[in-house]
Formats: sequence, structure tokens, C-alpha cells
Amino acid sequence: MIFSRFLRYWMIVRVLEVQKELLEMDCKKLRDEISAGRVRSVSATEAVFRAIEKNEPVIGAYISTFKEQALACASDIDARIGAGEQAGKLAGVPVAIKDNMCTTFGATTCASRILENFQSPYNATVVEKLLAADAVIVGKTNMDEFAMGSSTENSGLKQTVNPWDKSRVPGGSSGGSAAAVAGRMCFGALGSDTGGSIRQPASFCGVVGLKPTYGRVSRFGLVAYGSSLDQIGTITRTTSDAALMMNVIAGHDPADSTSVGEDMAPVGDYLEKIDEPIEGLKVGVVPAFNAGADKGVQKAITEALEVYKKVGAEVIEVDMPHLDYAIAAYYVIATAEASSNLARYDGVHYGHRTKHAGDYVEVYTKSRAEAFGKEVKRRIMLGTYALSSGYYDAYYLKALKVRNLIRGDFSKAFEKCDCIMMPVSPTTAFKIGEKVDDPLKMYLSDIYTIAANLAGIPAISIPCGLDEHNLPIGLQILSPAFSEAKLLQIARMFESQTDWHKKRPPMIE
Amino acid sequence: MREKIDQSQVKKVAKLSRLDLSEAEIAEFTGQLSAILEYVEKMNQLDTSKVEPLAHCLPVSNVFREDFVKESLGTEKTLANAPEREGDFFKVPKILDDSSGA
Repeated sequence: MIFSRFLRYWMIVRVLEVQKELLEMDCKKLRDEISAGRVRSVSATEAVFRAIEKNEPVIGAYISTFKEQALACASDIDARIGAGEQAGKLAGVPVAIKDNMCTTFGATTCASRILENFQSPYNATVVEKLLAADAVIVGKTNMDEFAMGSSTENSGLKQTVNPWDKSRVPGGSSGGSAAAVAGRMCFGALGSDTGGSIRQPASFCGVVGLKPTYGRVSRFGLVAYGSSLDQIGTITRTTSDAALMMNVIAGHDPADSTSVGEDMAPVGDYLEKIDEPIEGLKVGVVPAFNAGADKGVQKAITEALEVYKKVGAEVIEVDMPHLDYAIAAYYVIATAEASSNLARYDGVHYGHRTKHAGDYVEVYTKSRAEAFGKEVKRRIMLGTYALSSGYYDAYYLKALKVRNLIRGDFSKAFEKCDCIMMPVSPTTAFKIGEKVDDPLKMYLSDIYTIAANLAGIPAISIPCGLDEHNLPIGLQILSPAFSEAKLLQIARMFESQTDWHKKRPPMIE
Repeated sequence: MREKIDQSQVKKVAKLSRLDLSEAEIAEFTGQLSAILEYVEKMNQLDTSKVEPLAHCLPVSNVFREDFVKESLGTEKTLANAPEREGDFFKVPKILDDSSGA
């Protein structure tokens, strides 16, 4: 009797231990174990849902989860592997997607009350690609409404906190994806990045965030915010997982006319050379620009540069005189595009419809006023103003010219160096509520991430330190268009020399 | 200091934006948008008289596909999210004014 009780207790403890070990695997390792039939996808998926049961009430990373569907999908993959079938590149790996990517299952809300019950009639191309690669989609993550924000506080549906410190923001707008990955509630996630929305939350949550080149990943089925800036990318625990997920989602899509074809830039295999260091790497830095960051952040970046020097890289100063104007140009261009993109929410075709419309104009004005959050309204207003008669030249056209100057800065810099390194954010994760009442202050925190979107180039955030509050710091690396493979190699050079990517939030320990 | 944008302009922009904002929101946005516009005008420090505007980072051109009939979404899927429908149509309040009795 006592013995059997002990045995049961021991078995439960053992199952929990195995699940915890499972959760610490990266996507690549888990995929290999599942493909070889040594680990079942069902076990990995159950482990993820156990972590969700435990951590989600605190973190709040998900808008929706699909336990039944995910377990059925995992079980199907296990059966196919058991029958000797070759499974896909993400065989049985539980992943999450940001809730601005369309899925035929569940709702696609964009964390907005205007789309709270929206059921997409089709899947985004990235969702189709994940499913075709045998990934298991466990849920859709919280975000700033329509991806407008840097803290996920603008979500119209729920609050997400930083797994490292629940009094702080996870960053944004892909805050739910970053928090889910850091909180071991999935093995990898997709986010979208219009002005830093993958890199900054990845930095705040101590994980890896990759924004690919504009056009590298199809935007079909990504709810539009700033169409010339939006790009889907990955949030993972390691650089090789970013490469693995890119191998699944990158490539031309006839349904997205801005996605780039093989003729212009072949996709290739991002994992193939990731462990090969770049010989004679030249790293560009902009010292005066970096000086705007907090002391703790600056120190971590300086130390990261030392790591690169130690493995043979040369660090050179580059002059990028127009970076200082990136925020100004961005908040005109992005909001102008947003004001146009969000005109589709009219209370007629889908989404929230007011019950108080006297006439058809009020269907628009009241539906939109009732269901859009403040930041979305603010950006629609700003963009509409910048495009309005009499102001177009002074704001919108001017911003497009400044955008050209910023792209020119990068072109010139990349003649002298392979990549540019800088902080991701001037600070580590800030307190919830700290910046919500001052939109300009919130915008200014995007200083380091915005330029990559304006120039359309790829950029990655990797963990490079912890500050005095035990909060993660991110190193940002930017490289020329379509050089993601090399960018990942460069990031991997640092990761292979350091342990920062292995640090876990205290609540996970 | 004079605000970059005043309440009457904000009301006009709200109308253009099809947003029925409250008086409180108008007041709040007036201050916030003024501060943002003030900041944005730092772009004027740059001489851009000889710079081309860049709307798009890639050398984009029109993308054409073969002109053939493809399957479309279909009526039911298209209307599935409609807040109000009548038969095969999206339903909206009357748009044409019939007060003249014509």
C-alpha cells in the first residue's frame, strides 16, 4: 500500500522531470528526437500545455489556445512517424503565432475589440507553411492592438507581463510571442515587425528575435498595419531555431506581390553554415548613437563587441548621420499607411458594428470609435493628418525623402563593414504603466529598431547580458538586404561564445 | 507656445478618419498630436531638396499573373463575418435620402 503510493508519487515526479527536460530542448533538437521516434510530439505538446496551465495565469501571453486540436495534430504526426513516414522540418514541434496572422481555426483578433470575433476564411501563407512542415500550433499570442505599440499594453483584450518580472512589460508589439517563448509555453513563435515589434520584445524577454528582409517572408494573411514596413519573422530561444523556422517560412508567394522571388534573391538553407564563423568579420558601430542608451545597456553592448574582437572581428566606426531622424520619419510613414489600411474596418463587411447608428455614416464613425483603442485612433489621426491636403508635402513626402537618406546611410556603411551592431532598446523592460500616458515617450523608445524597417534590411536581437535588475539586454545586429544566412552566422558566433541565451526567467527555474 | 494643431483641426481630421471622438478625446489628442508633430518636424533640419522620396525599399514593379478564372471565396464565406446581412447582401442603413418623396 505505502509502496504503491510511493511508486505513484515517484512516477508523477519523473513525468514532470521529463516534461521539464523536454521543455528545455530547442526546436531543432526536439524535431530530431520526434522525427527519430525517440520523443513523441504528444508528450512535447502535453508538456507545453502543462506549462501553459502553470505560467499563463501569471504571464497572459495567449489570446487563444487550441489544446484539443494541437494534441490531435501531434498524435497524427506521431502515428505517421511510427508508420515510417518522413515528417516535415518542424515535425511535431509546438509553436505559437501572433494573433495578427489569419487562421481558419479560432479567431484572428489583432488584439482588437473590432476583430474580437473575426473568423478568417483562409490561413495566412506562413500558417500554411508551418502546418505543411508538421509544426503543432498551440495558440495565438497577445500583442499591441494592430501591432501598434512597444509594450503590448495597447492590447484591447488582455495584459501580458514580462516572465522575468511580472511588474514589467514584455515589450511589443509581439509581446505575447516573446513572453510565450521565454515562459516555455511554446518552443518557438512567429511575430511581426513594423518598427521593432519582434526585436524589442525578444530583447526584453531574453530570447532571439529575427526580422527578415522586407519581402523575404510572405505577408499574405498578415493583417496590415504599415504595408511597406511590415515583415513576419521568428522568436526563438536560439539562433539555430531562428534559422530552422526561416527555412520553413521564407520564400516567394504568388499571393503577396511584394514577396521576393528566387530570381532576385534565392532563399537557401539558413541552417547549413550557421556554425561556421565569418572570417575577417567587420563590425560597424555608431558610437555617438549608442551613447543614448542606459549605462547598463551600453556596458553589455561594449562587452559583446569585445567577444567579437576576441574571435577575430574588427570593429570599425561608421558614420550614419540620418539615424537620428528615423523615429520622425517612421511615425509619419507608418501612421499614413495605417490610416489607409485601417479604413477597411467599416462595421459593414466584418468586425464590430455599432448598435447606435442613425445613418450609414454613423455606422462607420461609431463602429470605429467604439471598438478601436486609443493608440490605434491616435495613429489613424496622425496618418490622416499627414496625408491630408496642405500637409502631405510637409510631412509624408518629407518623411519618404528622409527614409531615402537613411537607406543611403546603410548602403554607405555596408561598403565598409559586414554588419552594424547597436542596442535593441535604450532600456531594459520598463514598468507596466510607465509610458502609457505619454505616446511620444513610448515612440522614442523605438530609436534603435526603426531604421531597419525603413531601409527594409534584416536585423536580429540576441541576448547579450542582464542589467542590475536581472533583466535581459539584447544585442542588435543589422546586415544588408537578403543576407539573413550570414546574419545568423554572425549572431551564432556570439551565442557559441556566451551563455546569455541559456539564462531563464526566475519563475521558470 | 502655440500648439501645432488646434481642436478644430483635430475635429476635422477625426471627420476625415471616420472616427466619432468624444470631446475628451479631442482635447487629449490635440495635446498629444501637437507634441508628436513638434517632434516630427525635426526632419526639417535636413535639406532634402535633392533627395528622391522612397516609398518602397525594393525595386518593385507591377506583378501580373495569367488572366484565367480562379475559384473565389464564395458568397457564404464572404458574408460569414458580416455583422448584418440580408440574403446574399451586406446590410447597411439607407444611403439615399428619400425625404424629397421622389
